Amino acid sequence: MGEQKSMTIKGNMATAMGAKLCRPNVIPAYPITPSTLFPEKMSEFVADGELDASMINVESEHSAMSACIGAAATGARVCTASASQGVALMHEMLFIASGMRLPMVMAVGNRALSAPINIWCDHQDTVASKDSGWLQFYAENNQEGLDLMINAFRIGEDKRVLLPVMVGIDAFVLTHTIEGVDVPAQEDVDDFLPPYEPPHGKLDPKEPATFGSFGTPEYYQEFKQAQVEAIEGSRDVIDEVFEEYEEMFGREYNKATPYYCDDAEIVLITMGSMTGTAREAVKKLRKEGKKVGLIKLTVFRPFPSPELKEILSGVKGVAVIDRNISPGAYGAMYSDLAAAYTNEKEKPILKNFITGLGGREIFVKNFEEMYEMTKKAVDTGNLGKPVEWINVNEDVLR
Amino acid sequence: MSFGVNGEEIMYEVRFHGRGGQGAVTAANTLADAAFREGKDVQAFPMFGVERRGAPVAAFTRIDEQPIDIKTQIYEPDVVVVLDISLLDVIDVTKGLKDDGKIILNSAKDPSEFDFDGAEVYTVDATTIAVDNGLGTETNPIVNTSILGAYSRVVGNVELESIFEAITDNVPVKIENNQQAAKDAYDNVKGV
Repeated sequence: MGEQKSMTIKGNMATAMGAKLCRPNVIPAYPITPSTLFPEKMSEFVADGELDASMINVESEHSAMSACIGAAATGARVCTASASQGVALMHEMLFIASGMRLPMVMAVGNRALSAPINIWCDHQDTVASKDSGWLQFYAENNQEGLDLMINAFRIGEDKRVLLPVMVGIDAFVLTHTIEGVDVPAQEDVDDFLPPYEPPHGKLDPKEPATFGSFGTPEYYQEFKQAQVEAIEGSRDVIDEVFEEYEEMFGREYNKATPYYCDDAEIVLITMGSMTGTAREAVKKLRKEGKKVGLIKLTVFRPFPSPELKEILSGVKGVAVIDRNISPGAYGAMYSDLAAAYTNEKEKPILKNFITGLGGREIFVKNFEEMYEMTKKAVDTGNLGKPVEWINVNEDVLR
Repeated sequence: MSFGVNGEEIMYEVRFHGRGGQGAVTAANTLADAAFREGKDVQAFPMFGVERRGAPVAAFTRIDEQPIDIKTQIYEPDVVVVLDISLLDVIDVTKGLKDDGKIILNSAKDPSEFDFDGAEVYTVDATTIAVDNGLGTETNPIVNTSILGAYSRVVGNVELESIFEAITDNVPVKIENNQQAAKDAYDNVKGV
């Protein structure tokens, strides 16, 4: 094993370095705040001769994803980056990438969607793509951003999966923040991630074949069923790959990671960078003798219902903290967790909290407040509102 | 904030004030990198949003002996570093500064000439030091490395030697001049 190199880098640099270690062949990208540093760095790597890849400058994110699809169909290893409106503009192409079963990895700087226009942290951009058939991973910090990129290629390219993967890093909180990161040695990543060879043929003028063809009513549904089986099958692959990554590189990843959950009565569930602040809140509440725990959701698609239900067994109340909202319904994590419990006899009280939209801060005191509200619902049976908004600026609402 | 084994707050938070183009962000990043080289955990980030040349900007550094979990921005810094003294007329640089907080100003004046409600004031003539070391001009001096030398002397939680190393990796040109400027500021900061 080579030595890992410690350095201080921004989140965008972490995902770029993670991608570079995976030796992508083609990088079509269109810059957008807060992800712009990713294509900048990738083109520097290529221009400096550190990475042998084709950088394709395109005229929009729709074209970027189209180029990703074309390149991946030839059997190339492909990556890109985007955020917010860019991911929204890619929307129709996202379904084509997954429907054609083309592995590729996209780093997303999670940012709010317009209107009003906003460049700050929010999960709505990727959550709006949760039904696109892509696997979705969310990083808590820059180290996770780098590590998840490497894991994403390996998992997506597994013959049992063959699906594209998004890796979310929170806008500014990670993309523009410098943190210490350990960078694996190239030879070790080469061992972990062998070159990609598509198992079912590729776009090749010497052996003509049709890809992404017409799917009539006799066939379409079965294609979709096969695709769903693949993402269901990715559950075991994710566990295997995360375990192997930990053995090689010493950093543990799980679909859902518990913190102080063993004897917890109330558990907070978070995704992305807010997890760190939530952990501070849990430390503080534990010092006060409160039986509270935390689950960090790293894998949002496929949704890890079995793992969550196992960790939450015996827990009385769960605060599901969504940095997104489906207007007229709930936050995405809440909807999925509630659905997972529908037919269970024993289940905790679930409360849905919406906060952190458009870069709104989520302070330690806000997590304490969500704990208290969930505890009150458990103790009194008064469940409160179906969706609770946290850290609201009341002056603006008036 | 963060809590040590005995519940004590142990994290150190720094806010840099400058104008767009003066290198406040590079100062925050370089300080974080220097502390990281000493085995500390760090974060450094700009004011989240857009920057314009000449407009007031802020940048932040967190330093801790323990792993840093917190992901909010910095509202109650332990020390404020002001790269451009003209900002004192424009913004309240002491906003949120802890009661026992420190202020480091780029100024040729004596600390006794400033009053920030009892906060400890330190001054260093970073502009002259920068220009003398060939870093920018009188009207557009590059003071961010000088001011880090002053930081090292005043705060003491990051060694000057680590700042020299961090300059090597974070400053694109004139590495030796920048290191010498940091050394000169370390030696000449007033108020210590």
